[in-house]
Amino acid sequence: MNPLATTLPEHSNDGYVAAAYIVFFAIVLIYVAIMAVRLGRVERKVRDLSAQEREKERETV
Amino acid sequence: MRRPSLRVLSITTIAAFCVSLSLVFFYAPIEAEEGFLQKIFYLHVPLAIVTLCGFVIGGLCAIAHLRTRDQRWDLRSYVAIHMSLIFGVAVLITGSIWARGSWGHWWVWSEPTLVSFLIIMLLYATYQPLRFAIEDPERQARYASVFAITAGAFVPMNFLAVRLSASYLHPRVLGSSSNLPASMGFTFLVSLVAIALLFATLCSYELAAKRTRILLKARSRILGYQS
Repeated sequence: MNPLATTLPEHSNDGYVAAAYIVFFAIVLIYVAIMAVRLGRVERKVRDLSAQEREKERETV
Repeated sequence: MRRPSLRVLSITTIAAFCVSLSLVFFYAPIEAEEGFLQKIFYLHVPLAIVTLCGFVIGGLCAIAHLRTRDQRWDLRSYVAIHMSLIFGVAVLITGSIWARGSWGHWWVWSEPTLVSFLIIMLLYATYQPLRFAIEDPERQARYASVFAITAGAFVPMNFLAVRLSASYLHPRVLGSSSNLPASMGFTFLVSLVAIALLFATLCSYELAAKRTRILLKARSRILGYQS
């Protein structure tokens, strides 16, 4: 492996590199957050469905 | 063949990203001309490759859908294109950041690689409005498949046309003229694997979520429940 000193930023362009990586990870994080919200909605629906099913079973008994 | 579980895929992706970032920042040497700015290429170029491959995969899944009429292939095609669009946005943003640092402009209209990628993105931006404008699910899937195949065929043609064009202003990472040092080439390959794994993981999550929602909707309809 190269020594740390030769690969660490010494140029004025390091802000652009940081910006590119931050933007990419932000996009991935936003997507994962949206997925989590949608998953929460599905979980809620499953819970509602199970509750309604139990209720129906109780009524038939 | 048993498919890897989502958990295994996720852990592998995170591990690949850790290795990739370590190699990019602590192993790959700083390029002589571009300097530290060249590190963007370990993100931007693999993202672009995976995005274009995703569009082609979407087209291939669409062919399978039209051949078999199996809705699962349509779902796979939709998810591959959907994910490629998200990755494509990242390609455009990271590319613009690089262009600003290197050329002093956020966008250069005379550069064929940039413009052709934008054309592909705009073409695929019409996929979802087209798809969801049709209410009948079967017709929706059929029309979307035809679009995915046509657009999917356009992607490699577009890539070849750009490669054959005279202007080579856009830096080439892979190709006959490329003379990437071994350490940079290795780092690039690891980054490509990491991005491809991320694409596969997010596609798997999206597919699992979509399948669950479809099953839930069908179950609700069968039982006559209202949410």
